[in-house]
Amino acid sequence: MLSPRIIPVILVQNKGLVKTINFENPKYVGDPLNAVRIFNEKEVDELIILDIDATINNKCPDFLSIKNWASECRMPLCYGGGISSVEEIQRIISLGVEKVSINSSALLNPDIINEAADLVGSQSVVVSIDCKRRKFNKGYDIFIQNGKKKYKIDLISWILEVEKRGAGEIVLNSIDNDGLMKGYDLDLIRLVKEKVSIPLTALGGCGSKKDIMRLIDEFSIIGVGAGSMFVFKGKFKAVLINYPSKIEKLNLFNETKKI
Amino acid sequence: MITIIDYGLGNLGAFSNVYKKLNIDVRFASNVGDLKKASKLILPGVGTFDQAMNKLNSSGLRNYLDELVIKKKIPIIGICVGMQIMALKSDEGVLPGLGWINGKVNRLSLNNKNSPLPHMGWNDIKIQKRSPLIDNLDNSKRFYFLHSYYFQCQNLDDVIANVNYGFDFPCIINHKNIFGIQCHPEKSHYNGVNLLKNFAELN
Repeated sequence: MLSPRIIPVILVQNKGLVKTINFENPKYVGDPLNAVRIFNEKEVDELIILDIDATINNKCPDFLSIKNWASECRMPLCYGGGISSVEEIQRIISLGVEKVSINSSALLNPDIINEAADLVGSQSVVVSIDCKRRKFNKGYDIFIQNGKKKYKIDLISWILEVEKRGAGEIVLNSIDNDGLMKGYDLDLIRLVKEKVSIPLTALGGCGSKKDIMRLIDEFSIIGVGAGSMFVFKGKFKAVLINYPSKIEKLNLFNETKKI
Repeated sequence: MITIIDYGLGNLGAFSNVYKKLNIDVRFASNVGDLKKASKLILPGVGTFDQAMNKLNSSGLRNYLDELVIKKKIPIIGICVGMQIMALKSDEGVLPGLGWINGKVNRLSLNNKNSPLPHMGWNDIKIQKRSPLIDNLDNSKRFYFLHSYYFQCQNLDDVIANVNYGFDFPCIINHKNIFGIQCHPEKSHYNGVNLLKNFAELN
């Protein structure tokens, strides 16, 4: 049986590994290549690495680092950050990355989704969407450039367009819940999950096994993305890369079935 | 020597890293000269069927590969799209495949909200026949999958293992010296490393 994917999401800034809260205040937590090696040993399901600087600083992806991460990874890798053309997407895939995530560039130039899907196959094209709950009325706004700029488009129509244009996966990120470790924005995930028939990965807010279980219990086949939970340990958030063992994961899935 | 066919597609570094950690010599081949010393071949592949066929057709390796695989019976394993292009044809493209294993590649048409496409993630394989390629796997027999098309074998005897996603379909296949695997052994941790080791040790 296909299992839900439990996916550490690590953020990179100035070649260092960082963690944010509500997309702000990046805190340095280590070296990305070292993290990849530890996640190898932990046998994680998949890994997402996002360069949070590249797009806002108008930099192209750091191809050399990507190549080093990809060669080291013994699990599937998804890379995102600073991608603005299909040529870059093709180059990243050729470096040994399984999936490429686009965000701002997909909104600014949606044709890039079709072109990338034709070139590298839908299975390797991920569109990530950063959402923020509206303060005064219902619904969500989409933000680009690492949460800095609101982009006027309806969330659901964007989701449908992304799928129609040939993306193979959506990573749905909650800016409100990022780094808080108090659980996913289940309303947001529910809203999107009913509309899509491509794989969906939820991100933002996961802080405990219970959060993972709630997500799997409600949505079964879903990507369970988490940043803080897998780089911090304990009440005082000491930096320690961690991930459930095979047995812990199996127990977690079995317990979920009992909820 | 284990030789990874470098025709501009797929994750060559991931394979060579696995073999380096196992202390098994490995080299890349992007021209006929490089292929000459091959005792085992790996045909990687990421992307679409036609793209893979186009790249292979224009690589200058195609004819010599046919000779190595069909006449000299050098063991070869195709991975993901590298496996799919071993078929006669595919729903995904218009170009003919290599036709090394009798079968065609179909789209996984599931139309089911509970089984999104692509088939993405860790799934258990179901063994159909014994093969040294799958010796010493974990009890769980899980591998990483990422695809929307599957290889439909004409001869069921060619199927080593199936996987279930909506229905059962082949994910590890073998005809004579030719092997194919839909999942990604280079990205499947312990089981994947073992499978690649088994391939290296095939007689």
